[in-house]
Amino acid sequence: MLGRSPVGPLEYTRRLWLRLWLLAVFVFLYAPIVILVVFSFNDSRRNIVWQGFTTDYYVRAAENASLIEAFGNSLIIAFVSTILSTIIGALLALGLWRFRFPGRAALDGAAALPIVIPEICMGVALLVFFNRVGFPTGMPWPLNLAPIVIGHVAFSFPFVAVVVRARMIGFDRSLEEASKDLGASEWQTFWNVTVPYMKPGLIAGGLLAMTLSLDDFVITFFTSGPGTLTFPVQVYSMVRFGATPEVNAASTVLIVVTVLLTVIAVRWQRPDKEVAKLG
Amino acid sequence: MRDVAAPIVEIQNVTKAYGKLKAVDDVSLAIPRNAFFALLGPSGCGKTTLLRMLGGFEHTSTGRILIDGEDMAGIQPNRRPVNMVFQSYAVFPHMTVADNIAYGLKVTGVKRAAIASRVEEAIAMVRLDGMAARKPDQLSGGQRQRVALARALVKRPKLLLLDEPLSALDKKLREEMQLELVRLQTEVGITFIIVTHDQEEALGMASEIAVMKEGRILQIAPPRELYEHPTRRFVAEFIGASNSFPCEVLAIDGQNARVRSPLLGELTVERSAPDVTSGTLIIRPEKVRMDFSTPEPTPGEALIRGTIDQIAYFGDLSIVYLTAEDGSRLQCSRYNVSRIAAPDPRPGTACTLGIHPEDLLLVGD
Ligand SMILES: Nc1ncnc2c1ncn2[C@@H]1O[C@H](COP(=O)(O)OP(=O)(O)O)[C@@H](O)[C@H]1O
Ligand SMILES: [Mg+2]
Repeated sequence: MLGRSPVGPLEYTRRLWLRLWLLAVFVFLYAPIVILVVFSFNDSRRNIVWQGFTTDYYVRAAENASLIEAFGNSLIIAFVSTILSTIIGALLALGLWRFRFPGRAALDGAAALPIVIPEICMGVALLVFFNRVGFPTGMPWPLNLAPIVIGHVAFSFPFVAVVVRARMIGFDRSLEEASKDLGASEWQTFWNVTVPYMKPGLIAGGLLAMTLSLDDFVITFFTSGPGTLTFPVQVYSMVRFGATPEVNAASTVLIVVTVLLTVIAVRWQRPDKEVAKLG
Repeated sequence: MRDVAAPIVEIQNVTKAYGKLKAVDDVSLAIPRNAFFALLGPSGCGKTTLLRMLGGFEHTSTGRILIDGEDMAGIQPNRRPVNMVFQSYAVFPHMTVADNIAYGLKVTGVKRAAIASRVEEAIAMVRLDGMAARKPDQLSGGQRQRVALARALVKRPKLLLLDEPLSALDKKLREEMQLELVRLQTEVGITFIIVTHDQEEALGMASEIAVMKEGRILQIAPPRELYEHPTRRFVAEFIGASNSFPCEVLAIDGQNARVRSPLLGELTVERSAPDVTSGTLIIRPEKVRMDFSTPEPTPGEALIRGTIDQIAYFGDLSIVYLTAEDGSRLQCSRYNVSRIAAPDPRPGTACTLGIHPEDLLLVGD
């Protein structure tokens, strides 16, 4: 093979076994999802063998009142908790980025804790917490969603903080000084200079928080009061009575929504040209 | 109407301490209106700190700063009649050129119609015509700097502060911008204060230069006086090159001093300042006469014999490095005024150096 360089150790496109390995990885990762989506179109109640194509179960899912209610709850929770965790996370990131104060390192570590704590522990902790403080239960809709929202904010704002902080590392502090020098107040400087720079981080962090909230099961399970359902919890209870294509259809919708949000988040997170060049 | 002759900036005994370190140490300084004033000194001598105190970004530890007669203590940067061109330019990346320039007017509530015409004027002034709609990432370094300049000048400040404005540009562009800055300063009639560590930059642009060392100001003078009349040895060696000779002062006579130098003998030379009663004799390399024939002193001239060590050829001039008979190292520059002149002498050649006492100066150490 004249004129070809020797195969590099990680040049997977030129090593057969690495290519096979790669294929296996993709199969394991995506086959279940592909099957889930395909079988949401299966014309069979028991949904074990392929019986033929239908979109009936999407219609059925759309007509399932408790599923729709759960979906609505999930959207409301996601919306509110996204806004709250974006604000709290961004403020935390700004505080840690800008100020030096005693206990800064401790706060930095403590803020990252919800990212590493196992979700089940957090769920139990929140359950115990709400019981101890005597958080009112059985409130009318939508107030009954409050504990879930609080739980979601608690575990997703650190993700926002991490993303926003990563963004602020590249920020040139003299931009803020220049703004003040040109006559702007602190507040004007914050809105006209700092926030526009933060924006990609805010949007990426917010979308991250939203996907985390939308598909959260464990923490929701522990914090939701009796009779309060979210989409993932409802899907779970449907599966217990047999995995009909209706469940697949509902899950497919959730997958599509999450993937879309993630794609948007990744796109926003990508450092845009103008900022990258200025450094 | 304020007194036109009064200085635009008065810095009175200003000190800035960071812990034990005094970044600026008891500096007093008056800057006349309409000056192109340069703060010159080696890196870390406190130039930026002093400039940032004028802009309001640092507090003074002690002392007062007056701008146009007004005490600036406690006045925030956004309330000072001063604008700054930052070393990184700090052009807002998410705004177009026009929006960048308009920013300072918008946030202070200038009328929309007035903004448009002032921005247009500023764009023309810094020669960015046709670039109003561009984003900073579509501009070169030099153009971004023009945006930073226009953005500051459009505010019509009493004082424009520039922190090492040319250090990020390449040599050609730097020379171009030097001329441009001087043109702008004359055009707008605003006092410019520029910080630089580059002596050529300061000499070429400024109407007056303050030389700083370790937080203190050593001398304030126009470029020519600074070069020909440095009061301290540090100034002489920081600005341009110089030869120095140790000497002993025998007598003081008004402006002059009678000195004895081991190499030059007994001479009468000028003192650089009234407080200089001892120190070193200095002479600029281009003022040393070099001769290869048998020494024939012109009247009053001191002669030194030496040997050439090395020659650096720069095209317009050559710098000859020599060792004098007593082992001290000297330098002497020769302009290559003719294309067909004799070539530079070779290292090892013996020569004679002629020094006129009026070109010598007694500077304090
Ligand atoms: N914020 C600060 N904290 C502590 N030391 C500082 C600070 N800013 C400047 N310095 C010190 O003050 C001295 C002067 O700095 P600077 O004014 O930036 O010098 P220059 O601009 O002349 O290079 C330096 O020794 C620098 O390390
Ligand atoms: Mg500096």
